[in-house]
Amino acid sequence: MSFAAELTISLLLILGGVFILVGSFGLLRLKDLYVRLHAPTKATTLGLGGVLAGSMVYMFDLQGYATIKEILITVFLVITAPVTAHILAKVAMHHQVKTMDRTRNKEHVEQAREQLPPHQDSEQSTKYGQE
Amino acid sequence: MLDITVIAVAIMICLALILNLWRLFLGPHIVDRILALDTMYINSIALILLYGIYNRTGLYFEAALLIAMLGFVSSVAFGKYLLRGDIIE
Repeated sequence: MSFAAELTISLLLILGGVFILVGSFGLLRLKDLYVRLHAPTKATTLGLGGVLAGSMVYMFDLQGYATIKEILITVFLVITAPVTAHILAKVAMHHQVKTMDRTRNKEHVEQAREQLPPHQDSEQSTKYGQE
Repeated sequence: MLDITVIAVAIMICLALILNLWRLFLGPHIVDRILALDTMYINSIALILLYGIYNRTGLYFEAALLIAMLGFVSSVAFGKYLLRGDIIE
């Protein structure tokens, strides 16, 4: 294996490892659940992307041809991480998890919590349909 | 050089897993615990990929893909259960 390939793989792996560590550190240190959601969903996904990129370069160098599996894992994680974060934020909102004192626009939380699901909302939708 | 890097990054990820475990024990609310578990899934995927590099084989990508899918499905199932009281209505 050439030195340039080893250097590229090492840089990508170290980038990924540092971002994963930063994400977990943020998960431990940040004050509030809504703030804490940021660290694993952004930093850890980026870190895993770095590790996957390093792994992709390594496999290309080892086998001589590229495979689609790494890209598949990357695409899957990039699609699913925001969905998980959204569902967890929604659960936290409906379970009335405490926020930090200096959270802004707290008065909108009540309104968002009482939003009805679409099928109970049919009168309003027909009214908008007529307009 | 690559072996040293792989071991160093594996130590970093193990440290990250310990921090996640701490949050899993600490977590004031159950959503914190689900979030820590989801992060642990992602970190274990990275650890498995590193093990594949260390062993010079591409055999472990299927395991990583399976853990990614099961981690997403389990997190969404926990979330739906807490949100609606039922997983599939």
